[in-house]
Amino acid sequence: MTLVSQATPSGRTGASPAFLRKIVVDPWLFGIFAVVTLSVLVFAALPIFTVLKQAVITDRGFDLAALVDTLSKPFVWESLFNTLLLGATSAVIATLIGFVLAFSATRTTMPGKTFVHAVALLPIISPPFVMALAVVILFGRSGLITRELLGIRNANVYGFHSLVLIQSLAFTPIAYLNIRGMLQSIDSALEDASASLGASRWVTFSRVTLPLVTPAVLSSALLVFVKSVEDFGNPMLIGGNFNTLAVEAYSQMVGYFDLHAGALLASLMLVPSITAFLVHRYWVSKRSYVTVTGKPTAQTIRISGAAVVLPLSILCYAIVFAILLFYLTVIYVSFTRLPGIDNTLTFDHYATVFTAGFQTLTNSLLLAGIATPVTAIAGMLIAYLLVRKAFPGSFLLRWGTLLSFAAPGTILGIGYVSTFNAPPLLLTGTAFIVVAAMVVKNLQVGIEAGSNQLRQIDKSIEEASMTLGASNTRTFFQITLPLLKPALFTSLSYAFTRSLTTLSAVIFLVSANWTLITVTILSQVETLKIGVAAAYCSILVFVVLAILALMQFLLSSTSPKR
Amino acid sequence: MSKVIFSNISKRFPGASGAAAGLAVDRLNLVIEEGTLVTLLGPSGCGKTTTLRMLAGFETPSDGAITIGGRDVTNVPVNARNVGMVFQSYALFPHMTVRENVEYGVRLLNLPRHEMTDRVSSVLATMALETYADRSPSRLSGGQQQRVALARAVVTQPKVLLFDEPLSNLDAQLRERMRDELRAIQLRLGITSLYVTHDQSEAMAISDRVVVMRNGIIEQDDTPLNVYSRPGTGFVAEFMGKANILQGRVETTDESTVSIRIASTVAFTLPRGNRAFKPGEQVRCVVRPEHIRVDADGAMQAKVRRVVFQGAYVEYLTDLEGQECVFLDSDYYRTGVAEVGQMLRLSVDTQPVWILPNNEAADMGKAA
Ligand SMILES: Nc1ncnc2c1ncn2[C@@H]1O[C@H](COP(=O)(O)OP(=O)(O)OP(=O)(O)O)[C@@H](O)[C@H]1O
Ligand SMILES: [Mg+2]
Repeated sequence: MTLVSQATPSGRTGASPAFLRKIVVDPWLFGIFAVVTLSVLVFAALPIFTVLKQAVITDRGFDLAALVDTLSKPFVWESLFNTLLLGATSAVIATLIGFVLAFSATRTTMPGKTFVHAVALLPIISPPFVMALAVVILFGRSGLITRELLGIRNANVYGFHSLVLIQSLAFTPIAYLNIRGMLQSIDSALEDASASLGASRWVTFSRVTLPLVTPAVLSSALLVFVKSVEDFGNPMLIGGNFNTLAVEAYSQMVGYFDLHAGALLASLMLVPSITAFLVHRYWVSKRSYVTVTGKPTAQTIRISGAAVVLPLSILCYAIVFAILLFYLTVIYVSFTRLPGIDNTLTFDHYATVFTAGFQTLTNSLLLAGIATPVTAIAGMLIAYLLVRKAFPGSFLLRWGTLLSFAAPGTILGIGYVSTFNAPPLLLTGTAFIVVAAMVVKNLQVGIEAGSNQLRQIDKSIEEASMTLGASNTRTFFQITLPLLKPALFTSLSYAFTRSLTTLSAVIFLVSANWTLITVTILSQVETLKIGVAAAYCSILVFVVLAILALMQFLLSSTSPKR
Repeated sequence: MSKVIFSNISKRFPGASGAAAGLAVDRLNLVIEEGTLVTLLGPSGCGKTTTLRMLAGFETPSDGAITIGGRDVTNVPVNARNVGMVFQSYALFPHMTVRENVEYGVRLLNLPRHEMTDRVSSVLATMALETYADRSPSRLSGGQQQRVALARAVVTQPKVLLFDEPLSNLDAQLRERMRDELRAIQLRLGITSLYVTHDQSEAMAISDRVVVMRNGIIEQDDTPLNVYSRPGTGFVAEFMGKANILQGRVETTDESTVSIRIASTVAFTLPRGNRAFKPGEQVRCVVRPEHIRVDADGAMQAKVRRVVFQGAYVEYLTDLEGQECVFLDSDYYRTGVAEVGQMLRLSVDTQPVWILPNNEAADMGKAA
């Protein structure tokens, strides 16, 4: 206070520009802002730039010849092409499935919607490669379906076709939730208006409903595409000779110790991801006609004819059946001695997990348990700083977090290894680096949820707190944060699920002291200990479900009754 | 002492362009005497909220200085200014009970525990809120929420109390009751207050002084009575309720009076105070509709152009030799309702007629 009046003795503000004043008025909050921004730059932007630098600069400096040499290797182009092909195919199929599910759930009288909804969301809470494991078990060389049921001896489960199947199912929830939200927020009066003008159901669907959900459809496809490009576990497990960039980068790094090639491949991954992300942010989201209010409008279900409902229901239940089959298979195998060969019931795999393999489980829970609250609170704080306080330098924070979200885990992982392997940032091998990767990778979802909620909170509530004598910092923790509780819980749930099931970044960061459950599962599958892997997967799914249920309970029991 | 002084305050919002490129508030000088309630009144976008928010500390003036009780607060942050504010949306903390809302500010004062509880309970009692103290604000009616907002604002004993259209979310009846309650409490506590509204009757009912603003400039700063009956400009006259601004010519003038002719059938002789007039000079007279009435013996004649039936009265728009003239007839049940095209005989109560100061020839062009 005295500081302020000293700085501007005349009482004129001409001497202190608005942006300086913002800092002086709330030095604490600006301090927090500076720390957060610096952390985001160091842990998100810096590693990515390190990788980009490594991709073009070798020990001999910028070496065009070496670059051209690496770029002209066939595996580079092949894996790039594979990545794009897989991404595009999965995006189209997952979006179609998501659309069918969403449309059936919101617009028809399909029976058992709650059940369909619950099952459709299952893949979101498990590591994506649970599906891969199930596919190997069901359709592999000694697969339960291929060999036991059909008697096929030389089934080839590895390759593009399996990857498409797995990714389509694994990423369906993204499309389903996205499109469902949009369908719910379309005012049904629009469809009624069309019908009242004499349009048939088909015309209404194709001329009104479909155009209105197109933005959600496009955005789903782009998000699935980004997820597919980023996916490491599935192509690693089941890609066979079909190598994607994520897998190729990993094998160059870990298999051949070729840092340069690894960095280059990881950098190539950035191109489709960032492109898709930018298209989404600046093109698709601008084309949305529906202002999402967060309040679904009352919907009247108006499609009840069997001719439409029956085929849609059959499709939906087929999808639900497939998803359930995969999960149940994994659970079944976790209790089976040697699937396909010796099908006797056993608890051995669980015994292994809880003895020899117990540390990896506790490690995962501990590190995810640390990363989760940090991610969620940092997400809310950043949302507050970005939406409510335009400090000078905000754009660094905004773009830093966006970059970390859009960048595939592989580039982040490689970036961490190469950035934090020397003092003053010698972090490789520590738990800290793993937690940092988990936080950075999942921050953006909390920021988005927080920002959206913040925009709906009347600004004068915070202003009221300030007129009563509270500083910005106190106002944030006592007023804003409690009001952000729903977003906070969204972020907590997401961060926990993702931190526990993430693989692509942390696979570069685990060490003998700190290994993680997902990495262990991968190596169990590679050494053909399918039963143990299945037991881990089952435990993982169970833990995530339990924690999500607990959070849901906490959220609803601490919300004031209105 | 908590007299508030705005000296030469201007506010320019960064990035404002086009028509808004001007100043939101333009070299404003305003004094709020200790313990009085001053209302800022004006059309949308005239800079009322901006002025208020500069006093609160949410906006920084681009130029000029603000003092509260002699202390320069121009660069003092909001939370160190000790101002209370009542918001249009009430802005109650939805995750706290009524009591917690009221306690919030007191806690920050670091008072001894018993003093804190004393203060909170006495304010709750004053506002008749004790029975609701442990409810969530969302379970209160609009009027009750309003009282909580006021309780929360005054419990810290602020130097200045600020109101930004606090009543605009209430229905008409409740609005009048709350208005009187607000004023009663403000008078009782004697807190220097700045009140923003765009409702002129609210402004007149509640204020010690009314400040009429337009385009970031103060048009008039006066008592409610004067702002209504002796408007400084045509804009103020029209903003403070229905007004006929009739063009006239000075016919004669003597020591104490001036005679003005409005039309062939209308002329007034008015006291001229200490203002000077020249015969032949053009002047504008403010005649409120309620001072014109239908009178079979009246000299004034005007032709009916439009008739609007309002229940308690009939509103006539008439043509007075080319000038528009509006008046209200609440005796219509006796005399009958006139028809469009009819000539009416009228008489004017000349005592309240007000001659606008002549320094605003330019202003007239703008207003028209
Ligand atoms: N944050 C801002 N950025 C840019 N311009 C602003 C901002 N706030 C207000 N203005 C502009 O300043 C002018 C005055 O606005 P102000 O809110 O003070 O008006 P007001 O008198 O309170 O109007 P109302 O009766 O509608 O509340 C308007 O032209 C407005 O557009
Ligand atoms: Mg306003």
